[in-house]
Amino acid sequence: MIPRSTYQRVLGWVGLLTVLVIVAFLVLPAAVVTIAAFNDKPILSFPPQTWSWRWFGRALAYEDFRQGFFNGLIVTAWSSTIALCVGGMFAFAIDRYKFPLKSAIEGILISPLVIPHFTVGLGFLILAAQVGLSRGFAVVVICHVILVLPFVLRSVYVSLRNLDQSYEHAAASLGAGPLRVLTTVTLPLLLPGLVSGWLFAAILSFNEFTASLFVTSQRTQTLPVAMYNYVREFADPSMAALSVMYIVGTAALIAFANAFLGLGKVLNIEQSH
Amino acid sequence: MKPSASAEGEQTAVHFDAVTKRFDDVVALSAVTLGVGRGEFVTLLGPSGCGKTTLLKLAGGFLGPDGGSISIEGKRVNDIPTYQRGIGMMFQNYALFPHMSVAENVAYGLKTRRVPRVERDKRVADALALVKLKGMENRKPRQLSGGQQQRVALARALVINPTVLLLDEPFSALDKSLRTSMQVELREIQRKLGLTTIFVTHDQGEALSMSDRVAVMSEGRIRQLGSPVDVYRSPADPFVASFVGDNNRLRGQLVSVHAKQAIVALGDALVNVPGESLSGLEKSAAVDLYVRPEQFSIVAPEEPCAIKGSVVAQIYQGGHVDLQIECSGGTGDRLLVRSPGEQAVLRWPMGAPVGIAIQADRCSVFPVG
Repeated sequence: MIPRSTYQRVLGWVGLLTVLVIVAFLVLPAAVVTIAAFNDKPILSFPPQTWSWRWFGRALAYEDFRQGFFNGLIVTAWSSTIALCVGGMFAFAIDRYKFPLKSAIEGILISPLVIPHFTVGLGFLILAAQVGLSRGFAVVVICHVILVLPFVLRSVYVSLRNLDQSYEHAAASLGAGPLRVLTTVTLPLLLPGLVSGWLFAAILSFNEFTASLFVTSQRTQTLPVAMYNYVREFADPSMAALSVMYIVGTAALIAFANAFLGLGKVLNIEQSH
Repeated sequence: MKPSASAEGEQTAVHFDAVTKRFDDVVALSAVTLGVGRGEFVTLLGPSGCGKTTLLKLAGGFLGPDGGSISIEGKRVNDIPTYQRGIGMMFQNYALFPHMSVAENVAYGLKTRRVPRVERDKRVADALALVKLKGMENRKPRQLSGGQQQRVALARALVINPTVLLLDEPFSALDKSLRTSMQVELREIQRKLGLTTIFVTHDQGEALSMSDRVAVMSEGRIRQLGSPVDVYRSPADPFVASFVGDNNRLRGQLVSVHAKQAIVALGDALVNVPGESLSGLEKSAAVDLYVRPEQFSIVAPEEPCAIKGSVVAQIYQGGHVDLQIECSGGTGDRLLVRSPGEQAVLRWPMGAPVGIAIQADRCSVFPVG
């Protein structure tokens, strides 16, 4: 072993400490909320004196939360699926073809990243009122599609970039026409990228609040909006309980994604073989 | 049928006629004309960027030409897409479909052709037998070794009975011993099936050992087209002379030239060299001699010889010995001399003064510049 100087050892400890502090700060809010969720008293206080599960029951039973959850599922399913199709096609076009205004179109597709969500929401609100569109699911879904599109586009685009074109050439040399190449070779090989893009979009859409606040109505409000409305009226720990369920649910989803993407990595290694 | 004669008329399987290809401002191919005979094995040989892969991609339809025409079996294919050309192609990385089994990979081209199930299974089995991969049907490509993957790629390309087989540096990922045996095997299969083959490589040894004819390419042109022996023995220009095989370049001065014979002065020594490539050149013009390592012989320094020098490196190769000789005169020029057997190791030790005689009647001579 190489002997280390005192200086190096001190540096090592300082580095370790920095990392621990950063990690602690990252999990601190979630930890505080989780503990507060088990408070028996009907106020959000920390630390709790007595413990209870009852706020979990209340959160699950509260009609606005239930409605918001199902609304969120509907909006998420539609918006991330539409975004995947639209973004996938654009990613394909940008990767494979040269066309006029290509970089301009690429820029516009990515632009929701730099436009604040409330601007998008407000714009849709004005637009919907102008054309006399009621604030139904369609508006919410279109709004979410625009917001998650850049992420889907990136995800599919990167997968396409990493796809060795010789697979497609091989299929073509074996007599497969463009459509057959797409369905039997390109799409199966892109599957990990498509799934992760979809999942990313779904999580973003389900958690989206700012724009949703503008474009949802009482009937179409998604879970984050319902939570916001709840907090304005009540201050009991059922919000915290809901947050804990949110965290657990999302973590489970990401764990699932990771298992899937792990598989995707294996496929990638094989491809670059 | 002599393969080299078959590149004419109706025996031509693939014909490139004045094919030009540009990438933006870079000319990748300039008016390349090449005929590949039916059943012939033609190698496109050259350094990277010479246009050999571009030419292969044009034959496969992965690129379109900017000028000229390409025909396969007498039919112009410029505007025919890859999937209607009936080609078989092997890629540098094999490009086996990772999500399909070995059998599914091989069956892919038969499915696109709607070959009925029973016949398809039989042909897949035959193709896998041909490349000695029986019993591997259900493996995934990632479970195979590099050599096995290559066999699958070959079976996949052969099973569709292609009109022409295109090979893009298929051996570059294999280690040396496996590469040699795969080369022999591929050539055997190709001969047996009488398959027209275009092979791309930058490895001149591979090109010489496998081909009926070699097209040596550089800067988007074919510099020489001929049998391996032609290309090795009578290179058409200095590029071919230095690219194909080991060669020593000696700068000399032309003394006299008659039709087939020329005399060149190398320092004080005069050597007789073939004169065809020097006609019309003025006396005392500078010329370059390209001499193969085996066209030198080492003699004792007091014997008559063209060049004197001393041994600076011995490279024992088993069957022969390569010696590096530094020429006397302080120019630091080094010559590579190949001596058969192994006596040279003891007879010409490191630092020994030696003379070098040239079998100049077989060397190549080109005017300088």
